[in-house]
Amino acid sequence: MNMRIPILKLNEILIVSLQWELDDQTAIQFQEDLLKKLHDTSAKGVVIDLTPIDFIDSFIAKVLGDVISMSGLMGAKVVITGIQPAVAITLIELGIRLENVMTALDLENGMDKLQQELEA
Amino acid sequence: MAYRSSVDIHTEWDIVAARQLGRNEAKKVGFGTVDQARITTAISELARNIYLYAGAGKIEIERLNEDGLFGIAIIASDEGPGIPDVRKVMEDGYSTSGGLGAGMPGVKRLMDDFRVDTERGKGTKITAVKWLR
Repeated sequence: MNMRIPILKLNEILIVSLQWELDDQTAIQFQEDLLKKLHDTSAKGVVIDLTPIDFIDSFIAKVLGDVISMSGLMGAKVVITGIQPAVAITLIELGIRLENVMTALDLENGMDKLQQELEA
Repeated sequence: MAYRSSVDIHTEWDIVAARQLGRNEAKKVGFGTVDQARITTAISELARNIYLYAGAGKIEIERLNEDGLFGIAIIASDEGPGIPDVRKVMEDGYSTSGGLGAGMPGVKRLMDDFRVDTERGKGTKITAVKWLR
């Protein structure tokens, strides 16, 4: 029951929409898949949308933080979008700050932000 | 006798099962989305601690009703090595797993009551309670 997370490409940007609760294996598989896709497509940016996700624990946060750093090493910028109020509250209370991570309210704003970053 | 359900923790998949049980119970008690997220996250952290440090154990979820106050208790128990220095574990930023878990202070902040009973070589029992406001 190891479900792969689909990674779409639009011009120079990879788009990922997390649709269901991540288990550890799926999260780690996603990390590898995204980096491989970056390598294969030479994409310059990634948007990861978390709109349907209703909680993030420290493990998922670490995987997300790591994949952003790893993408950075490969020359790609990552924007996280759609963090729910409940997720923002629990992450901060838990003590996870995800500092230096680019975020936007929704996918549309995230795409705009990334375009601006890539043109800058 | 309050209603209690439990999930045995042996594999990573059991962490998912435990938090799903917790979320369902939290919904039944009447918690809103933010408290549901707090409770689910707390269960996930406690279940992962069991998986990482004790190898096996269990998460029990109990619906509480004390003098008209409703709530939920998470009881995480294992027969692992125990926590050598509870005070240290409760300090922010302390970790022996290289930052895998947010640690106990984070879980304590998410919940209303938090209690640790541990004995070296015997195991650990953590009880965390959230009250419905």
